[in-house]
Amino acid sequence: MAASLSCSPNPTLTRVTVSPRSSLSPTVPHFLKFLATTPFHPFRPLTARSQSSSFSFAAPRASAAADDKSSSTSTSFHGICYVVGDNIDTDQIIPAEYLTLVPSKPDEYEKLGSYALIGLPDSYTTRFVEPNETKTKYSIVIGGYNFGCGSSREHAPVALGAAGVAAVVAESYARIFFRNSVATGEVYPLESEGRICEECKTGDTLTIELAESRLINHTTGKEYRLKPIGDAGPVIEAGGIFDYARKTGMIPSISA
Amino acid sequence: MASSTIAPTPPSFILNKDLGFSTFSRQSVSSIPKCRRTISKKICSVTAPHQLERKPSTTGSVKTGMTMTEKILARASEKAQLSPGENVWVNIDVLMTHDVCGPGSIGIFKKEFGQKAKVWDREKIVVIPDHYLFTSDERANRNVDILRDFCMEQNIKYFYDIKDLSNFKANPDFKGVCHIALAQEGHCRPGEVLLGTDSHTCTAGAFGQFATGIGITDAGLVFGTGKLLLKVPPTPRFVMDGEMPNYLLAKDLILHIIGEISLSGATYKSMEFVGTTVESLTMEERMTLCNMVVEAGAKNGVVPADSTTYKYLEDKTSVAYEPVYSDQQARFLSEYRFDVTKLEPLVAKPHSPDNRALARECKDVKIDRVYIGSCTGGKTEDFVAAAKVFQASGKKVKVPTFLVPATQKVWMDIYGLQVPGSGGKTCSQIFEEAGCDTPASPTCGACMGGPGDTYARINEPMVCVSTTNRNFPGRMGHKEGQVYLASPYTAAASALTGYVTDPREFLQ
Repeated sequence: MAASLSCSPNPTLTRVTVSPRSSLSPTVPHFLKFLATTPFHPFRPLTARSQSSSFSFAAPRASAAADDKSSSTSTSFHGICYVVGDNIDTDQIIPAEYLTLVPSKPDEYEKLGSYALIGLPDSYTTRFVEPNETKTKYSIVIGGYNFGCGSSREHAPVALGAAGVAAVVAESYARIFFRNSVATGEVYPLESEGRICEECKTGDTLTIELAESRLINHTTGKEYRLKPIGDAGPVIEAGGIFDYARKTGMIPSISA
Repeated sequence: MASSTIAPTPPSFILNKDLGFSTFSRQSVSSIPKCRRTISKKICSVTAPHQLERKPSTTGSVKTGMTMTEKILARASEKAQLSPGENVWVNIDVLMTHDVCGPGSIGIFKKEFGQKAKVWDREKIVVIPDHYLFTSDERANRNVDILRDFCMEQNIKYFYDIKDLSNFKANPDFKGVCHIALAQEGHCRPGEVLLGTDSHTCTAGAFGQFATGIGITDAGLVFGTGKLLLKVPPTPRFVMDGEMPNYLLAKDLILHIIGEISLSGATYKSMEFVGTTVESLTMEERMTLCNMVVEAGAKNGVVPADSTTYKYLEDKTSVAYEPVYSDQQARFLSEYRFDVTKLEPLVAKPHSPDNRALARECKDVKIDRVYIGSCTGGKTEDFVAAAKVFQASGKKVKVPTFLVPATQKVWMDIYGLQVPGSGGKTCSQIFEEAGCDTPASPTCGACMGGPGDTYARINEPMVCVSTTNRNFPGRMGHKEGQVYLASPYTAAASALTGYVTDPREFLQ
């Protein structure tokens, strides 16, 4: 269920042009998150999207200036995915000992990213963020049901976003995590139809076409339908809960 | 509207003869919240000002019956009628935050409303440091400083500060675990809307109010506006009837329910608890029940207010409140019925709160320690319950048994209250005789692991029976720690044998 949600402007979602690689944090050598906003087009053959094509590197959210707030309706994500199971709770996403980090402080925000999913049991043999790194190479997380259950800690979607996750595609979400994801704009919380966590493997290359609610797994060649964003739509489109509040007259416009 | 109750507060007002409280326990007399209306010098009543316990809605022509939650949100959003699924801006009565999420919320507030912005109402915010206090972690200590700076700048009325970490008793304002402090300080009132930056804020639903956990960004918005956009949840009803057996506690009831409906069985829903059993529960037991609704994914939990509620609130708040009750014709999503006389003591096995099992079926599970504490199982009555089991046994515990009272009041009760049937012994005496660890400083403690030097944290693979609320991998520290969630009865019984143990071994 999509609760009333918000999404602060997320420049990686709204970047309009494929810009050349900008001078960004040098600590992202494996950062393979790209974002290309393309006009609506018919389905392109899978072979046209390969990892070797040029990409734009998204700016780390913490240092992003207030970007254009108009959310594009045709946005896609492309990258490799990391697959987790059911009931991934917030203690696995960001263990409690790291909660002394305050997300609104830029350097602590980056640190949170380095600990994303560090709480997963050792049965997950591939680490989400390599030791001594702050970013992950997996820009899409695939999950089962009840993703993000447990605590209300906003550090959970923040850690994922800070690490470089663009979107989570889960079978279902726990409510506070879903709400916080949209409120922060850190990750785009998408719902799959069915259990794609059983059909995708960590390392598969995926494309998500938001406007078409479609997920394409290039590695397996399969396609999946995603559920539409639902009630969160108006809030995301406004640019976040604060923007939504201003737009609907609940709070006056901020004087910068 | 209920008539306002003014607390005259002569020094003797605070004595509770049954429990033998000392006047120390009412240090916070100065912080009793004032009536919402202009203070009249006339005393209107000294007891809870409500006549009827259950009445249908009388607010004009109600076309469709509404549940408690729907009614509370309707009133708080100034709407005559609400249905599940509607998104409304709701006026917030109380916003709580603590040392983990407070600094982030403050950051968002200042960023969005301006560095010089003022909070919407300095009397409706309650700031309670409780999570990472007794630690040498510098960031944790700094986070409490951030709260203090903000409270001073904003002149926040209710800030339960702690400065001297070496001696919690040296801090006159300090309380402890936020959800228990909120209740003990009279901030939980029937019919109101309470939000907190913590998932277990749902605990306050025990008072017949709408209480739920929110994130940092939402809290930033509430700081500035006193409102939040909320979606009205549907209500499944849980009817519990029958006389509560003497070996069961509310913890067993909620573990049973979560095991029944699963971790996502109540996602986005409001769990309403009714029935003769629920009516027989004390406030603290009702709090335990509502505390863990979030473990089933629920948005909130509610117990209708009644004379038990009013009695509890008598000496804690003089703010007027008006309870609401579900209409006869209210539409519930579903109804679950339980005969509690048929239930048995339960545990939730690693690593999920819905991994329900009978305690007696786990009797071969050897354990390494027992933890009694947290908002779920660290209240006064939880410790009295554990003490009863130790007293009944007369023996010593076989494994390290950690006791972490939720608040300074609970700590004092452990040392001051006499346990019924023990011949005048206090909890602390019984715990000492049983060989438990000395009761520790009030805090959330090891419930969620915390910084590495947290007391009773699980730092290596081991098995722990705990009265806390979650047992996901790594919850209490080490990823391979195995946590069995249980009631205080079951936890104490397990401590005595060194194995997961059904408390009937000692309580029959």
